[in-house]
Amino acid sequence: MKNMLLRALDTAKSRGATYADVRMVKERRQGITVKNGRVEALTSGESSGFGVRVLTHGAWGFASSSRLEPKEMDRVVAEAAAIAAASATVSGPPVDLGEPRKMVANYRTPVIKDPFAVPLEERIDLLVRASQEMARIKGIMVAEASMECLRQEKTFISTEGSHIQQEIVETGCGLEATAVAEGEMQRRSYPNSVGRHQGTEGYEFVERYDLVANAPRIGEEAVVLLSAKPCPSGVTTVILDGSQVALQVHESCGHAVELDRVLGMEAGFAGTSFLTMDKLGNFRYGSPIVNITADATIPGGLGTFGYDDEGVPAQAVPIVREGILVGYLTSRETAAVLGQKSGGAMRADGWNRIPLIRMTNVNLEPGGWRLENLIADTDDGIYMQTNKSWSIDDRRLNFQFGTEMAWEIKGGKRGAMLKNATYTGITPQFWASCDAICNRDHWVVWGTPNCGKGEPEQVAHVGHGAAPARFRNVRVGVLKS
Amino acid sequence: MRDEKELKAMADLALAHSRASQTEVLLFVTDSALTRFANNHIHQNVAERNASLMVRAAVGRRIGVASSNIVAPQGVKDTVERAGELARLAPENPDFISLPPPAPIRSAEAYFPATARFGPQERATAVGVICGQSKEKELVASGAFSVATSQMVVANSLGVFAHHMETVAELSAVIKSLSSSGYAHRLALDVSQIDPVKVAQEAIDKAVRGQDPTPLEPGEYEVILEEYAVSDILDALAYLGFSALAVQEGRSFMAGRLGQRVVGENITIWDDGLGAATVPMPFDFEGVPKERVDLIADGVARGVCYDSYTAGKEGRVSTGHALPPGETFGPVPLNLFLKEGQATKEEMIASTQRGVYVTRFWYTRPVEPMTVTITGMTRDGTFLVEKGEITRPIRNLRFTQSYLDVLRQVELIGRESKLERTGFSYNRVPALKVGRFNFTGATEF
Repeated sequence: MKNMLLRALDTAKSRGATYADVRMVKERRQGITVKNGRVEALTSGESSGFGVRVLTHGAWGFASSSRLEPKEMDRVVAEAAAIAAASATVSGPPVDLGEPRKMVANYRTPVIKDPFAVPLEERIDLLVRASQEMARIKGIMVAEASMECLRQEKTFISTEGSHIQQEIVETGCGLEATAVAEGEMQRRSYPNSVGRHQGTEGYEFVERYDLVANAPRIGEEAVVLLSAKPCPSGVTTVILDGSQVALQVHESCGHAVELDRVLGMEAGFAGTSFLTMDKLGNFRYGSPIVNITADATIPGGLGTFGYDDEGVPAQAVPIVREGILVGYLTSRETAAVLGQKSGGAMRADGWNRIPLIRMTNVNLEPGGWRLENLIADTDDGIYMQTNKSWSIDDRRLNFQFGTEMAWEIKGGKRGAMLKNATYTGITPQFWASCDAICNRDHWVVWGTPNCGKGEPEQVAHVGHGAAPARFRNVRVGVLKS
Repeated sequence: MRDEKELKAMADLALAHSRASQTEVLLFVTDSALTRFANNHIHQNVAERNASLMVRAAVGRRIGVASSNIVAPQGVKDTVERAGELARLAPENPDFISLPPPAPIRSAEAYFPATARFGPQERATAVGVICGQSKEKELVASGAFSVATSQMVVANSLGVFAHHMETVAELSAVIKSLSSSGYAHRLALDVSQIDPVKVAQEAIDKAVRGQDPTPLEPGEYEVILEEYAVSDILDALAYLGFSALAVQEGRSFMAGRLGQRVVGENITIWDDGLGAATVPMPFDFEGVPKERVDLIADGVARGVCYDSYTAGKEGRVSTGHALPPGETFGPVPLNLFLKEGQATKEEMIASTQRGVYVTRFWYTRPVEPMTVTITGMTRDGTFLVEKGEITRPIRNLRFTQSYLDVLRQVELIGRESKLERTGFSYNRVPALKVGRFNFTGATEF
């Protein structure tokens, strides 16, 4: 197979490529969805193919195919070269990838228990029992339990001499309980919303979250929410749980520091960023306790890998230090604009997509508080748990997020449950109001398996280390003006 | 693309190899390309060729689904075997009755050779027109031009065989000044129907008129919604309410309200996979012919979409709105229509005392699904209308608003409609003038 890939690189060079790389990807997925105790979906998917990226006349071309055959590879390389030639007719400044990078390496996700090796019956049984535990709660209309495992084998080879092989394994699981009554619907999720929580781990990930034991609580909370008080409107102190802090980091920091967005390369779809390059090193993004790092090396993080899809080693990149913007998520091409080396954030959603700058694990570093002490230290406020809705403008400034469940905080104690909680703000003002972050005991690398970007759209799997945090003077309860 | 006979042979091979009691085979063939531009030049330019199959095996009431993009004979057989193995491991699902039987399927003309042949140089030429016009005005253009040819086959062991081939072309542009942006989008089966000059002009016009926007206090305003924004309303209704599964699970605004007025009597919405001027789809992912479904007629909830699974629960037949096997979302409409009215956009503006003209919505998400309360932003061309005229550009606003309430407040409906895709469905929609719309926040640009 390596010879076939090398032949593709030779063909690209003979067609005038100053740089080319080939990525071959083979992917296997298994998914199980159980609803109200019945298996609704039991799926097994396999996909394989290759993509060729070619740089000629300073412009990019990319072509891909599912047919791993020499003749098809010749055709695809020729197509990529023709596309690059067309790109060059409406070109900007020639693409500069910086210094050549040669990397010969292997990487495998460390896995204790291969999820594909766990008997399917055992996995199904776990989800059926968890679903039944939720469904038996009176008032639950839909009790859904799901699991997914993924194995991705990737080979990267470039005209600069790189040859990298990686095997990435992911495992994820989740519960969702939906209660309906009198024209109202409430939902609780565990461990996180958006379908499931996921990591680059084996089946030990699923075992750690003990779905069956947590199912009754999730069901009961969904039902109780129906009769909870609505979240009031006003300006108050908010404590966000770790998963909601992760979502807050994702939307208001992670996307905002993608350097391709900053440079206008996503303006036609996802938008740009308020964190323009003139702000690097001097802009106050948040309060002095806010430290954010993009770290692709954390064990188990959903954004953890060995090498990105340009062959750049995974690394930890400081993004915000003591509240000041100090770094971006970068590729070779965009880092060169800053005169830097790539931070290793180029990731592709499969063999048929080009790599784009994507989040790795963009983490809010832990602080020193215990959650119970933080609540005790808060005289009046709201504690919000588990994301329910999320929206932010196309420069990542104005956001409005909602959570599944919330609690009043009065006199340092958790009070009544609140439903339909929402909060809104402007990104740097919000992060400037952060005055407390919980410690490493509360810190979890939350997996986000549904991050969309690019055209054709790509879905990335990214992570966010986060612990509960407190924010002052936040506008809440914005269902109506 | 592949010959229909070749695809039928592939499906027949899969069906013949299966030992399940019932088997369904889906084949997808795609040949697509997309040219992306930003900062007035092409920066990403891609092509993909793929073929895949999906097999649903039913062993009694035990179901397994396997997929692969290795479609050589051995790959087909392996996938069939994997689906069968999964089915044998699955517990019984009492809600599964049967795969659908064959039914007559009308053909839909959706393949245009000009689109299938449209190559990278032709896309670059069109993009060059947009970038050139943008540069002339000292603006910055970005966007994408995509073309795709795709084939789909659905076959099952009860005798269903359905084949469809289509082409789709899309061109979008966001053109920016230092303080503004404008948007334009076109979608067509036949790429020759897309005029890059018109796309450039529409986006440039908004970008030029939108310069130096000033803030507007959030609150309730009349609004004029361009087709791009109206398309988002239909997406939300479809996602949250028009599925039989959502009704059966009690989480749709349509649940228990069929026959009742749910929006204004000037609103009629239907789904029609074979309707005029959409991207037609004659059958669904189970090979069931698409039926027209009247969802809301004269403001009254009339019906929802079914697949064979949800239809079986109610002892009725599918309307032809199934998603691929393994999807648990339930049936969805994919070809929505909102009935046109008589008004022009100029008349909408002229009838507005003080309101907001919205080009498009952005990043919309449900806040309260049962009331279809959505939050999102305006984007790429937002203007203040005063005493019947657009008076100035304004900074973008956040809204938190029930889309059902929007459709209860519609005062004027556009006489022309546009084909849009802002979510998963193709929506043919007119512009709307709405009496009251709730803006709940503002941003800094």
